[in-house]
Amino acid sequence: MNTASKALSIALLAGFFFAGPGKAESTQFGDLKVETPWARASIGTARPAAAYMTIRNGGSATDQLVGVESPVSGMAEIHKVKTKDGVVSMSPAGPLPIGPGETVALAPGGLHVMLMKLRQPLEKGARFPLTLTFERAGKVTVDVPIHGVGAIAPEK
Amino acid sequence: MTKLRILLWVVAALAGMGFLGLYAWKTSFQDDARQSALAAIRPDYTLTAHTGETVTERNYLGKWQLVFFGFTHCPDICPTTLAEVATVMDGLGEAARNVQPLFISIDPERDRPAAMAEYVAAFHPALIGLTGEPEAVAEAAQSFYAYYEMQPQSDAPDGYTMSHSSALYLLDPNGRFVHLFSYGTPAAEIVEDLKEKL
Ligand SMILES: [Cu+2]
Repeated sequence: MNTASKALSIALLAGFFFAGPGKAESTQFGDLKVETPWARASIGTARPAAAYMTIRNGGSATDQLVGVESPVSGMAEIHKVKTKDGVVSMSPAGPLPIGPGETVALAPGGLHVMLMKLRQPLEKGARFPLTLTFERAGKVTVDVPIHGVGAIAPEK
Repeated sequence: MTKLRILLWVVAALAGMGFLGLYAWKTSFQDDARQSALAAIRPDYTLTAHTGETVTERNYLGKWQLVFFGFTHCPDICPTTLAEVATVMDGLGEAARNVQPLFISIDPERDRPAAMAEYVAAFHPALIGLTGEPEAVAEAAQSFYAYYEMQPQSDAPDGYTMSHSSALYLLDPNGRFVHLFSYGTPAAEIVEDLKEKL
């Protein structure tokens, strides 16, 4: 095992152990609050997965979500699904501004965190760390519970 | 080779749909053309089920059918819709025997029958996945006036993603088109609608 893959497996293990069950499903840091993050279980690793959450900005200045990363994914991006004339398409959304007092929902049919190049299957009942990078608030890591393949909303 | 084949089947799909098909979809949700486009739907296909069996639209006659076009590398709209379809099937109880949900892949390059089998099983035991050669898929989509297109995207898996019609088609037991449920129609509403018809 080379150093890089060793470092990766340590990171993965650390992520999974740190992410124990029963943690609060909302993370406050600075003016921002990330609520009810969740992801759908994947079928193997060949297909991309999606993660969702709600982000509230309780501050007085606009912040922007500029990046997402996770040890479970070799490439994570914020994506937007658009429907036009009954045809859906998906594309990278770019930085996501969240104005003062605003709430931005990442939810099915709209925005999602696209988790590509999965390094391991997302298994129902497990959790994984997802690091969000904001322009002003900096980086925060949230703990994402994995629901079933057929989940359409965060489970309570 | 992969790139070329994708290009070829997209060209085939667009050529198959022709100007009229494309026009019908582009305007279908905006004006009167919608009704005539929908009235022209005549499901007609020869595809491969996820079991490996060759099937046509005649295989499912006798049952009401819920048909959705999508692809298994779709992380958002497709699992959401298929989960709704699963909820509808469960919500129908006994009556679900008279309903056949079908998931037709518009990404046949990646969605071979084995991939479809793995995918549909995750949603509902009654769900049947259909795929086929790109030309066969293009013909199937055309008969439903379903639109799809490859979108090159450098950071997407395999360098592309698909845009596609998002509605769920309802067909009657004679295989005739009844109506569309637009994306996001709550499962309860679909159950209600089906229970009235069944
Ligand atoms: Cu995406």
